[in-house]
Formats: sequence, C-alpha cells, structure tokens
Amino acid sequence: MVSKSIICYLDGPANALAINRDSTQVVVAGRNVFKIFNIEEEEFVERLNLRVGKNLNLNFSCADVVWNPVEDNILATAATNGAVVTWNINKTSRSKQDMVFQDHKRSVNKVCFHTIEPHILLSGSQDGTMKCFDLRKKEASSTFYSLSESVRDVKFSPHHYFLFAAVQENGNVQIWDMRRTDRYEKQFTAHTGPVFTCDWHPEERRWLATGGRDKTIKIWDLSMKPMVEHCIQTIASVARIKWRPQQKFHIASCSLVIDFTINVWDIRRPFVPLAAFNEHKDVSTGFAWHHEPHIILSTSKDSTLYLHVFKDAIRPADHANPIGLDISCYGDISYAASNKIVRNGRSSFKGESYSSTKLPVFFRKHPSASDQFRSAVSSIFVFKNDGDKFLSMTWFIESARRYILSGRSFAELCEHNASVASDLQRPHVAQTWRILKLLYNAVPNLGAEHSWGVPSVGSISEMLKGIERDEAFDNSQEGSKSSRHNSGNTFKNRHQSGSKQSSRHVSGGTGNGVATTDRPDTSGATDNSTDSEESDNDKTITNIASGLGNTQGDFFFGDGETDQLMGFQCTLSQAPTIDSAQDWNLPGEAFQPRHPIKDCSPPPELDNAPSSPTSFDEDYIETKSMVGINGEVYDYTKLLMTPEVPSSPAWVFNDVIVDMLHYFAAQGDVQMCVSVLLVLGERFKGFVDETTQEQWFHSYIEILSCFQLWNVANKVISLSTISSISSLNQQSTTIHTLCGNCRRQMTRIGWFCDRCKIMPTQCSVCHQAVRGLYAWCQGCAHGGHLQHIQEWLQYHPWCPTGCGHLCEYT
Amino acid sequence: MNNTQALFAETFLQNNRLDHVTQLMGYHPQYLDPFLRTQNYILKGDGPLPFDYRHYIAIMASARHRCTYLVKLQIQEFLRQEGNKEWLNGLHQVPQKLRDLDELNKILAHQPWLFNKSHIEKLTKGKDNWSLSEVIHAIILLAHFHCLSTFVFGCGINPEIDLNEGHTFQHVTVPCNTQAINDCDSTQVDDVGVELLMLKMKTISEQHEESTQEERLMCFQKEQNQSAELISGFDNMSLPKSDVQRYTSDPDFSYQDFARHREASEITTFRIQDYSWEDHGFSLLNRLYNDAGTFLDEKFKIAYDMTYHRMGSKNNVDTSTFRRAIWNYIQCLYGIRHDDYNYKEVNELLEKNLKTNIKTLCCYPERTTKSDYDNVMREFRHSEKVHVNIMMLEARMQAELLYALRAIMRYMT
Repeated sequence: MVSKSIICYLDGPANALAINRDSTQVVVAGRNVFKIFNIEEEEFVERLNLRVGKNLNLNFSCADVVWNPVEDNILATAATNGAVVTWNINKTSRSKQDMVFQDHKRSVNKVCFHTIEPHILLSGSQDGTMKCFDLRKKEASSTFYSLSESVRDVKFSPHHYFLFAAVQENGNVQIWDMRRTDRYEKQFTAHTGPVFTCDWHPEERRWLATGGRDKTIKIWDLSMKPMVEHCIQTIASVARIKWRPQQKFHIASCSLVIDFTINVWDIRRPFVPLAAFNEHKDVSTGFAWHHEPHIILSTSKDSTLYLHVFKDAIRPADHANPIGLDISCYGDISYAASNKIVRNGRSSFKGESYSSTKLPVFFRKHPSASDQFRSAVSSIFVFKNDGDKFLSMTWFIESARRYILSGRSFAELCEHNASVASDLQRPHVAQTWRILKLLYNAVPNLGAEHSWGVPSVGSISEMLKGIERDEAFDNSQEGSKSSRHNSGNTFKNRHQSGSKQSSRHVSGGTGNGVATTDRPDTSGATDNSTDSEESDNDKTITNIASGLGNTQGDFFFGDGETDQLMGFQCTLSQAPTIDSAQDWNLPGEAFQPRHPIKDCSPPPELDNAPSSPTSFDEDYIETKSMVGINGEVYDYTKLLMTPEVPSSPAWVFNDVIVDMLHYFAAQGDVQMCVSVLLVLGERFKGFVDETTQEQWFHSYIEILSCFQLWNVANKVISLSTISSISSLNQQSTTIHTLCGNCRRQMTRIGWFCDRCKIMPTQCSVCHQAVRGLYAWCQGCAHGGHLQHIQEWLQYHPWCPTGCGHLCEYT
Repeated sequence: MNNTQALFAETFLQNNRLDHVTQLMGYHPQYLDPFLRTQNYILKGDGPLPFDYRHYIAIMASARHRCTYLVKLQIQEFLRQEGNKEWLNGLHQVPQKLRDLDELNKILAHQPWLFNKSHIEKLTKGKDNWSLSEVIHAIILLAHFHCLSTFVFGCGINPEIDLNEGHTFQHVTVPCNTQAINDCDSTQVDDVGVELLMLKMKTISEQHEESTQEERLMCFQKEQNQSAELISGFDNMSLPKSDVQRYTSDPDFSYQDFARHREASEITTFRIQDYSWEDHGFSLLNRLYNDAGTFLDEKFKIAYDMTYHRMGSKNNVDTSTFRRAIWNYIQCLYGIRHDDYNYKEVNELLEKNLKTNIKTLCCYPERTTKSDYDNVMREFRHSEKVHVNIMMLEARMQAELLYALRAIMRYMT
C-alpha cells in the first residue's frame, strides 16, 4: 500500500475533497475543477473528469462534495449557486450529472449522506434551512428551519438512525431528529461567532466535535446536558475537522485563513499538535482520512492534491522540550526536565548553598505506538536552599516579624529597627535606619530650641562617626559652607560701603547665614525688618541685642568665650562634625570668589516651627542684632558668625530619602520602603507619589501573604495612610446570618428573612426580634435576649417556650 | 425613542456635539448604536495609529469625495488632537508616510478592484514604512469615511451650525455641494408604487423558474452594463475646484464601470463565495487589528438584517428581497458577485430612477442633488430613505474592505 507522500497538481483551486468507501478513489471539487483520481501506489491517476459538457454552469462550481458511503458510484455536491447536485459515475453518457435540486435560495454550504441509507441526502444552506432529499423520489422530502442566518455544516450521526447535527452561523449547535421537522431536539451555544464545522466521533457515541471562527475546537459530551469535554486552541479559525479512524483521541483540523497546515491533535494534549502537514502553499480547504489511519489526503487553494503519510509529518512536540522550573518563596528550587536534556537522570547545581537532597524521579509514559506523542521521561529535582544566600528569605521573615512600625517615639522605632537589621547582618539597612533617626529626629529639635540637650548631641556625633558619608550630604555641606563664607565677606564689604541698598542685600545674606544655622525660615522676616527699620537700626538693635543676651541664656552670648562657643557649635551642627575643624579654620581666608547662594534658600519647614512659639522671636531678634551691628563691632560679629558656619540644616534631605526609597525598591526590598514610609508617617508626606507608594504596599503585602505572615500584613494595611490600601482589610467583613427556616442568607436585614417573612431570631420571653446578643440553650435551641433569659432563669429552671427542657446556660 | 435619546446623550458627551449624521441615523437606533461604537473605536479606541494620523486619514478620505462637511468636522478633531497645523495646507506638507497613503485612498474610493498586493508591498517596504496592522487601520478609516461621505450626500446633510454656511439662510434647505442640475424635473417619474413593488416581490418569492446558469451570468453582466449606461451623461461633467482637494491628488481619477474594466483587463469578477466577509475577512481583520472585526461584523449584520416589516404606508411586509436587491446591486457595481443570487431580481425591483440614484451615490456621491433625493422612492418615508442610505454605506464599505483584505491576505501568503 501507499508508503510515501504523493502530490498531484490540479487545474484550479479546490474547495473540497472526498474519498470513497474503500479508499481507492478520491474526488476533488472546486470552482473550476471536478475530478476523480485513483489512489495508486506511487501516484494519483486521473480516472474521470466530471467537469465536462458544453454547459459548464455554476452547478459545476462546488463548495462541498461527498461520496455515498454505501453506493460507490454516487456523488453529491453543494453548488455555490444554491443547487444540490448528484452525480452517477456509472452513467454511460459523457456527462455524469444526475439530479439537480434548486430548492435552496442561497449557497449550499455542506451536504451529507446518511450513513446507512444511500438515498437520503442532507444539505445545509446559507438561507438558514436544511433540506433532506430522497434520491428515490428525486425531491426534497423535508425542510428544517434553523431560525438562524445560515447553516454552516450538517452531519448525520453514525450511531443513531434519525439524528443529525447542524451548526449555525450564530454559534449554535442543533441536534435534530429527522422525523420532526418543526423543532430541534437540542440546541446549545458552542462558540462565539460562527461554527464552521462539526464531526461525530466514529466510535464514542456521546462525542461531537465542533470548530469555529473563535479559533477553538471543542469536544462536546452530549449524553446529558451538553458539556465541553476538551477544548483545543488553534491559531486561526477552524474550517474543517475530522476524527481520525481507529485512534480515539485524534482529530485533524484545517483552518480558513492564515494557517496552511493540517494539524492532527490529540485532544488530551490541547496545546501542541501531535502532527502537522505543512506542504500546502495556500489555505487547505479539504482533507479526508484514508481508511488506513496513517494516511491523510488533502487539497488546497494552491491547486494541489496531496497524500500525506504519517511518518513524513512534522512533530511539533519534538521541537519542544518539556521542562519546568520554579522557585519557592523560601528559595528552594525545583526543576523538572526530560531525560534527554538531563543526562543519566541526574542534575547538578552550580552553587554552594544548595543541596539537591531529594531526587524523586518520576516517569510519565505514553503507550508507545509509533504515531503517538513521543514518550517523555522526565525527572524532577528539588534543590533545597540551606545556605543563607541570595535566595534565602529568612531576613525578610525575621524583619517582618520584628520590625516595629508604630506605637513608640520615632527615635525608638528607628533604633529598634536598626538593631533588628544589624542582628540579621544587614549593616546597610541598619545604618539607613540610624541615619533616618538622625535626620528626622534632629531637625525639629534644632529648629525649636537652642537649649540643646548636650547628651543627645554627643550621641549623635558618636553615631555619625560610623556612618559612611553620603555624597550628597557632603556636597550640600560644601555648598552651604562656601556660601556662608561669602556672606561673611559681603557683610564686611557692605558695611564699609554703607550704601542703603547694598545693606539690604547684605542683611539678606547674613540673614540667611544666621537663619540657616537654626531656622531657615526666618530669612524673609529679616529682610522685611531691615527694610522698614533701616533708620533706627542701631538703637533698637542694640536694645534688642542686649535683651537677646539675656534671653539667650548663658552659654550663647553670656560668656563671650568664643572658643567654647565654637566648640559647642561644632558639635551642635547636626551633620558635619568631621569637617568642622577645617571649616573652623577657613574663615581666616576672607576673600573667596562669590558663589551663587543656592543652598541658602531652603524650603522653610514651617510645620516644625510652631512647636515653640518663642523661637521665632528669638531668631528674629538674633538676626537683627547681626544686621544692626556696625563697623565697630564687626570683629565680634565675625567671630559670632564663623562658628555657625558648619551648622547648616538648610540641606534638603527629603529628596535624598526619596532616592533612597527608590534605591531599595529597585533592589527588590519593598519591605524597607514600606517600613520607612510607615515609620516616617506624617514627616514624609507627599514626597513619593501615591501610586508608587500603593505599588510598594501592594507588593509588600503580597510577599507577606506568601510567607503567611497575615498579622504583619494586616498591621501594614491598617497603618497605611493611603486609602486604597487601608481599606483592603475592610472589605467583605460582613458575616450574614442565615435564616433557620429557608437556610438563606439574610442580606438586607440581619434579623428578618425577606423570603419567609419571619423573624428567625425571636426572643422566647418577649417575642420580639433579637437584634443584638442572642443567648440560647444548646439543649433545646431556644433562647432570646441575653437579659431576658437571665431574668427568666432567676426564677425558672425550664425553658421559657414551654418545651419542657431544663435549660442550662454556661 | 428612549434608546435614541440615550445614544444622542452619549454622543454629545463624547464629541461635544450631536452632529447631523448622528441625528439623522437616530431614525434607526438599532443601527446607530453599532455605528457609533465602531466609529468611536476606530477613531478613539486602541489602535496602531496615532490619533492625529487617524483624523488626517479621515480628512483625506472625505476629501476624495469632496465632502466638505466631513472634512471640516475632521479638521476640528484633528486640531483637537494637537495635529500639526501645517498639514492642513495640503498633502505636500505631510510626512511621506501619510502621503504614501494617497494612492490607496484613490483606488479604494473609486476602483477598489485595482487594489492588489503590490500596493501593500509598497507601503510596508522601505524607510519609515507602515506596519501591516497600521495599514489595516488606515484602510478601515478610509473605507469608513468614503462610505460616510456617501451617506452624507445621500441624505443631504447640512453643515453643522458652527461651520461655514451652517447659518446661512438660503443654504439651510439645500444639501452641501449643490450643483445646479435642474434637468431632474424633466426626468419622467417612473417610480414604482409601493404596491407594485410588493407585488413583484411576492411573485419573485413564489416563482421558482429554472433559469439556466448562462442566463444568470448574462443577467449579472447585463446588470453591470446597464448600470454603466445609467449615468453616462454625467461623465464629462466636471465639478468646480474645491478647497478640500488639497488633501488628495489626481482629482480626475474616478469610478469607472467595472464592466468596462473587465473587458479591458484581466481583472476577474470577485466571487463572494470564494472570499466572504464572514469567513475570511473577519478572521483576517481581527487578527491584525484586535476587535475591529467584531465591531464591523455587528454593524454589517444589523445593516443587512434591519427591517421594520414596513414599506411606505404598508405594514407587515417582508422586505428582505428588496433589501437584498439593493445590497447586491451595490456590490455588483464594484464587481462583486453572489453566485446564489439571480440578478434579474434587481432589474425587477429597482426602478431605473432608484438605480441611478444608488449608482450616483456610491460612485460619484459629490454629484448628488436634492432633487435626486426627492425623486426616488416617492412613496417611502424619510426614515426608509435613510435606511436605504445606510445600506449603501455598509454594502459599499464591505465591498471596499473585501477587496482590501483579499489583497492583504495575498500579500501575507
């Protein structure tokens, strides 16, 4: 028999093909071609050309062709003009055309012979009807109205004498009984969009396969309510399908556009075709199985007729390696691969901290028929992560558990979290916490009061020694430093020139310089004051200055010990310390080119200020005193100024924090981002946009739930200030009561069943509905208001309903 | 009516205006709904083309039929999308990419059967070329606005009140681009009465005459040839230069009768059975331009199936034969043949007057006059005339798309 693929060229594009009962002949039909070929060992031999005669009309233009399964000499075609034509190849005349039925108003899409009765022919047409022709009577014996726009395919059931399936353009499948023309037996929607084709399973009685424009092939189980048994996703609309003989799970399909291959699917493996024949150069329009299941014949718009044998097919599965890899949230890795890739069923892992402890090899074998999917033997490996490495997440779990995010003072929170981090050998994170504490804890204090707690200063500087200095930090330090010097210089110059305007400028400059030492926001005020009170500066200033001296307390002005003062200032300045010695030396070199005073005008942190109302005045006074000091006291001023050089909280570090958060996020450590955000809380509001924050929160919560840290997750949710996050744990918190009568949820009112119109929670004492606490006896299940029951039981031992039960309440 | 009102409200919210086209289609809310959804999707929904391009393409398409109304509306939209104002000076100012589309525009509008894969090749090759899905999007836009022009002329839609001439009194009752063709009164009124038409439809549905295929083929060709003669008188008539022509080139390129074409060249009849919208067009379109196929499919279906079982003053009429005749006649003008249709029916059901009107509207919509509208289908209601115009819009659009999609499929294979 045939053992290799054969090709044959036709006169024109073909629309359909059919094979006779014993698979010796094949008929190909199209608009301009209608021929019968003998299937020989090595080639197709043309046996008959049916497209003959002087009258080649549209009846010869076929959309579909079928071979009578019983009488081998009868063919039927569906013509595009709406005619159903039968052909008798035993006719002696040249034209074999037998009968023509012009009953359909529109094109006929499909024709189908009855599987047993040779004289019954069924057709489905574009006009939405199906007609059953009796070839003995030579007329349409019955008409079935599908109530849809058009019928795309009809198929007699091979198992039931009277049943046939019809599929519609609107996506419906109908099962009809031939004896009933008025109504279908069954109808169900199978596809979205038109169904183009259907096929009954040759052996399995319940199975019907359908294919449609929605690029799926569905196998329906019709025994009960139609249900999808299998579903195959194809890459293009399915034009025709056909079950493979003798192979229960195999079905072949071809598509309408784009994809030219004929795919054979195993319905249990719906993602990769079992075999594919892609010889055609244009869309395949028809195919048929030879009675030997390894042979398939097909035809196409590219005017060719092919005979494919299975061993020439492309096996897409062979080009896909079954492999799988996954990582658990604890960093364990499992890996499954076919033994073709993993030699000897063993695998090694490059990396020290993984032990491939478990190697449960498991096999999956197919019955190894030659045309089955190749049997894939796969091994699975589990690599347990026991070293504390890259993928280990213990630090995460520990931090999540031990971090404290609220409930204590800011400094304590930071310190605690820092120690947690350093416990876990995460110095980087620990340091970050400490810096945060420093930055945010220090600023308000500085601004608020001059009377610094000395110990805290000490501790800060101590801490700071360990901190790797941030570059940004350094820069700003530099910037502010130089500008400070400038202001000093200009100050001098201005006072020498003595012009009004310039003095205003100077005062601005100095104002800045002074203000920034303690409180950036006073510079504006200084300006104004100098403007207005230019004339009597001297006097007031001196007054105030003296007053200032008093109020300021001892250590600032009182002793006038500049050396001490400076030393103090150095430690006082929150950030700098190490540079301070240098700074301190610098002012001697008085003449530096002027820098633009960028860093001197920071955004005022007003929200910190009001904590001590007096501070404003103090600053105000202080600065004025600076301004007002005339040439004679210049030296003093200079001294006064210089110590303040290093202390420059004008540095806007919020941006740095934002950068830091983004850095951590980029590192994948959303835990840090979220924790920092939560700890900072109000202090750091509005610097990171809400959607980013939301993302961080969501990812953190997701990771937490991976590790089943529900409590932590819930805490994070409730601490969040973002409404979409904080409402997360407030959704679906309702628990509905059930009506004891109908067992339905009482959704509208908790104590009244809308359905039964009763109040299931009636108090047995007062016969009112119980809306709050309901106490009931577990013995007789009667109960009522807690209070009423209590009262009742004081006097009576038995149930208030009179059921006779001696109630017990615990 | 509620339905219509809701649609109107929605349109107003989306476009800040309730344009006259929408108002007129309000006669048929059933159709208006998918129409608006499609139009919104191709102009404002997801798609491969940038928004200013979309509106510019719309301008180009409407300009092909000199439909000033649509051009002006689309210019407004174009500017709203921050389109480059210089482009409005004409085709020579736009990027080469858009200029390349002009050829396509020309062919699709007038002789879609000339469209073949070499046109696609030209667009998709070379520097800053078009991607295939962009081409599809552009083609849909072109087809949509060509056919919408047909509708605008067919219903004689007045300019919007804020557009030029929208306020002018003497123009209010006259459709835009009115040309003085006054001989329409002299054409004899041989309009079929509704009753006669119904009678004919009845006989057609009852008779099963066995016409041979040759006869049918003859009928199809006759139909085409006849239609060729219909308005040959206008052939040399030239319209005055209009300022919208700067968005197009080669203004003399216009519809030529398919029949005449076929004799001259190798182009064969397009058979709907070999490449239909439902089977092939839809699948291809949906693959290249997500969801567009679904929208169009729904629109075509409703346009084809919509009926009120009514004709003029008569109720309970099965109008399907009449509708099918119109639909198939329009596609026949573009050389698309339904194998299973007997083109004799066209001749019987559609009077010469109506056929002329349909042909003018589909092929030379800019030549339509108000009297054309008044003189056809005299016993029909206005809503029914709008209905016929909607069918023209859709049948023509489907024809254009079928040719274009077939070319794309050939390009892809």
